[in-house]
Amino acid sequence: MAQKKGGKTAASDDPEELARTPLQAVLLADTFNLKFRPITLERPKVLLPLVNTPMIDYTLAWLESVGVEEVFLFCCAHAEQVKEYIGNSHWGQSHAGFSITTIESNFSMSAGDALRFIEGKNVIRGDFILITGDTISNMSLTEALQAHKDRRKKDPDTVMTMFVKRSKPMPLTHQTRLGNDEIMMAIDPETKQLLYYEDRFDSSKRAVTLDKSLLADNASLYLRTDLEDCCIDICSPEVLTIFLDNFDYQHLRRHFVKGLLHDDIMGKKIYTHEIDSSYTARVDNYRSYDTISKDIIQRWSFPLVPDVLYAGNRAQMRLQREGIYKAPDVTLSPSVRIGAFTAIGSGTIIGENSSVSNSVIGELCTIGRNVSIDGCYIWDSVTIEDGCRLSHSIVCDGVHLHTGATLEPGVILSFKVEVGQNITVPAYSKVSLLPQPSKQDSDEELEYADTNSGVIDSPSIASISPANIEHDHVSSFDTEQSVLLEGGLSGVGYIWTSCETGNEEEWRYSVAPIPVEKLKEFYAKMFDEDESSSDGEQTGITHSGELISESKSTDFDDSDGEYKGDVSKFEKEVEETFERALGGVAEENVQLEINSLRMSFNVTHAECAGAVFQSVIKSAIIASNSSKSNLLKATIDAIERSKGLLSYFITNVDEEIEVILKFEEMCMEITREFAPIFSSVLHQLYDKEVITEDAILKWESEKADADESDKVFVKQSEAFLKWLKEAPEEDDEDE
Amino acid sequence: MPDVSDFILKLQRRRIEGSHATARQTAELLRSVVSQTRMPYTNQAASLLDAVRAVGEQLIAANPVELAVGNIVRRVLHIIREEDLSSSAVSFEGLMISEKSDDEDDADQKGGPVLSAAAVAAAARSTLRPRSLQTLLEDGPLPAAPSKSSSAGDSEGKSKSDKSAVGKRLKHSVIEAINLLIEEIDDCYEDISEQAVEHIHQNEVILTLGRSKTVKEFLYAAKQKNRSFRVFVAEGAPRYQGHVLAKELIQKGLETTVITDSAIFAMISRVNMVIVGAHAIMANGGVIAPVGMNMLALAAQRHAVPFVVVAGSHKLCPLYPHNPEVLLNELKSPSDLIDFGEFSDCMDFGAHGGAPLMHVVNPTFDYVPPNLVSLFITDTGGHNAAHMYKLIADYYSADDLVIKRKSTSSN
Repeated sequence: MAQKKGGKTAASDDPEELARTPLQAVLLADTFNLKFRPITLERPKVLLPLVNTPMIDYTLAWLESVGVEEVFLFCCAHAEQVKEYIGNSHWGQSHAGFSITTIESNFSMSAGDALRFIEGKNVIRGDFILITGDTISNMSLTEALQAHKDRRKKDPDTVMTMFVKRSKPMPLTHQTRLGNDEIMMAIDPETKQLLYYEDRFDSSKRAVTLDKSLLADNASLYLRTDLEDCCIDICSPEVLTIFLDNFDYQHLRRHFVKGLLHDDIMGKKIYTHEIDSSYTARVDNYRSYDTISKDIIQRWSFPLVPDVLYAGNRAQMRLQREGIYKAPDVTLSPSVRIGAFTAIGSGTIIGENSSVSNSVIGELCTIGRNVSIDGCYIWDSVTIEDGCRLSHSIVCDGVHLHTGATLEPGVILSFKVEVGQNITVPAYSKVSLLPQPSKQDSDEELEYADTNSGVIDSPSIASISPANIEHDHVSSFDTEQSVLLEGGLSGVGYIWTSCETGNEEEWRYSVAPIPVEKLKEFYAKMFDEDESSSDGEQTGITHSGELISESKSTDFDDSDGEYKGDVSKFEKEVEETFERALGGVAEENVQLEINSLRMSFNVTHAECAGAVFQSVIKSAIIASNSSKSNLLKATIDAIERSKGLLSYFITNVDEEIEVILKFEEMCMEITREFAPIFSSVLHQLYDKEVITEDAILKWESEKADADESDKVFVKQSEAFLKWLKEAPEEDDEDE
Repeated sequence: MPDVSDFILKLQRRRIEGSHATARQTAELLRSVVSQTRMPYTNQAASLLDAVRAVGEQLIAANPVELAVGNIVRRVLHIIREEDLSSSAVSFEGLMISEKSDDEDDADQKGGPVLSAAAVAAAARSTLRPRSLQTLLEDGPLPAAPSKSSSAGDSEGKSKSDKSAVGKRLKHSVIEAINLLIEEIDDCYEDISEQAVEHIHQNEVILTLGRSKTVKEFLYAAKQKNRSFRVFVAEGAPRYQGHVLAKELIQKGLETTVITDSAIFAMISRVNMVIVGAHAIMANGGVIAPVGMNMLALAAQRHAVPFVVVAGSHKLCPLYPHNPEVLLNELKSPSDLIDFGEFSDCMDFGAHGGAPLMHVVNPTFDYVPPNLVSLFITDTGGHNAAHMYKLIADYYSADDLVIKRKSTSSN
């Protein structure tokens, strides 16, 4: 190494020398995030099995296949386990032209720290490949590497080539199939230089802010959201220096890439290389774990597929018909039904009448009778007793499911958890033997917050005897939202409250497929936002959430009875116009359109105001996703958004009263969910100066002699009315 | 042994592809294994066999689809057995040398079992060859054979002074024989293409599918002998090796037409002969060949066009396609067929209840049953499918057919 170090200085500028340096790779065997908690408390992520082979094997096999000669394996959390695994596997033995050096650091909190640490070791001599230990790929590097070297020759400021691949995000959830968020990139079509990178791009805004110099300096650029970051980079040695100089860079993308792109001072350039046919993906969250497992089973990652890549000591799985992978020594009862695209590891026993589909089952598992397993990832030595039902879950090593247990979609059972008889583990719960660490950082910090999960104060399993565990947990279950013990028989494990994403976002990153209701919601929302939906609307409604279709239909029935036909028709037209307005049509145009509608339908100003207000409220319902808690907030937002429009149409007291009456009527008939918050909305309307005090008071007096049933809302708003009457001076001053 | 694990890794990662390259490298590796094996004083052949078998088992497991590996391992085992017999025969009955060494030449035996063999040689062969009805009838004093061979073993034990010399001689002769094997693998293209003029006639139309080096050399040879003929090349989806072949043929001045695989049936009536390469030839005369071949063979049969398979002898596999060790196919990455990026949104598992709706399957091989093959051309000449088992019996010893079970019992 010593004499090679001497060559380092020469290497950077002499291309001949550059070509001769061995290709190096930095493999980060730590992801510096908590997305795989609680599993990663006990085992590092890179050693988690992906179709019965640890993830790091895929990464190392790829590095080896693309001609990397030296790998620097950076371990942080659970470094001992990683080192032990590498030492025992065939990677530990010396191969000609492929060596692995482990670098261990216990205090690195982020990829940035890791790279600074590696820079300190002074081992990188030329261009290197930066990759994390959870990346699966079968692409060829030669072309990109050559392109990178050529660019370096031309322009020494080139520091990095990023691999990207095309992957269209789902239009509904703005999420790629790997569960990552949509990324916005600006790329120069000629040079493939990366000009802009935004991974927290808010697609709902439908707007993107670019620096104007970006447009001034580049003749053309592509703005793309259909690219996925492969998380594989070819880096020049300068990358390490940049990290060293900018000691606050933590995250590779969020800080480093964005930092380079946005700070022109350094003048460093990043290029992209788009791969088309070959496969690359990174296991970033549970959803990508699911997706990538299925891709591997479907052989997109060939030759890194289960019947080729296997380093364990047991019999290797072989591919059979219908994409079923099965080890030769699997014992299946004749009545077992194995569905397509399933992998079953060596030594596993499955009992009568059980069915397995779309799942991966590890080695030495025992599965009883009448068990149904769908879309699950069951790791090694798991015991599942008779009659259990599992769907879309991850079940780690040594878990024991007692008779009749049920796992709902999205459940994660960490190592050695036990689930008692006839217990149902609710959807998206995460259960671990280790208690949840109490200190939870904010979502923003998590990316590089404490990752030394091994060092956390949690007691190791070994130190607690099983009896103790059970005892402990009996008490803890009382306080926590425990369900495991209900059945009377023992269950062992803590249920973690969801930490990273919050409960509503849990479905996004779970192994379970996105629930149909969620998709429906998004579907409804999309139609709401869609500008050109006036035609699609009719069909869209029938598919979309129940709520809307219900409100629509009642709208027709009731209004036909009470109003002249064309008023309701007019209301509908206004509503559609208003929906287009939400899609981004300028306010003046909407005003013009509604005005012309008013003329053509020949309705009064007051009726028109009422119709506009109704549209606003309806949009609020849709935006609130039908959840009660959001309704008020959504209404406030909607009112705020269309304040200009409302104030344009609501000009005098009569119209204001009409609006209040309209609202009252809606609350009683069409949109009953507003009834409880009537007074709050009224208050809001008053606050936003849509409705004046006079109108409200007049409305009250108008209602004074109505019958009791009509006065429900007056009564509800009593406090508000009282307040209005008591503080008239103040309001006068305001106005 | 480092080169062994290296080679295994290459096989596993599918970094060595093609029967020819695999066969050659396997033979070279086994040669080095033989030369590195330390010879004990007794039972030297057995220790060599064990060493080769141990390595061979790993190699076969590394890429079970590449049958050439197993073929070469079995060939080497067969070589060791034969050399062992001949050398012990030499030490025991010096007079038999000349006859034995003649018998070794496999090419001479292609006509069938040797008729004029001396008693020892016949006994030796009876241990090597599968016992066909013919050999049973011919070798009258069968009970005598085992006693003789065992006496040969005893004599080896007795004459200790000879031993080390014999050991060196055995190893040496095995290495020599493996060298001959490597040479044979290298020369297979020439040997096969020498026969080209016998099969390709003036103004004929030849159809081939995909790209096989053997076929290419075969066509080149015919062209060199000034035959003028036309070649139709079916492109061989999804890898489209046919395009490569077409370019190569044109450079040699051959009139070439590229057609799609799906146009084969439309074109076959204009074709005089189909010449294709193979991945492996099984003992029953069935062929494992690039995908699409069965379709071509069926089309050829429908129009009574001769379907000729050209393959070097290293592709002759002593196994039957129904043997459990035979993996008939390998499913490669679907990205040969379609772009992953373009179809990734069709494979969103999040959206459709977790089960993928789109599946893409990319098998590498087809199995062509023996009745569809009109003729096999190997380096030893043309053969009928029904006679492949005899040809195979010349190259392999019946004891080696199942390598795995043997080695587990011996270990």
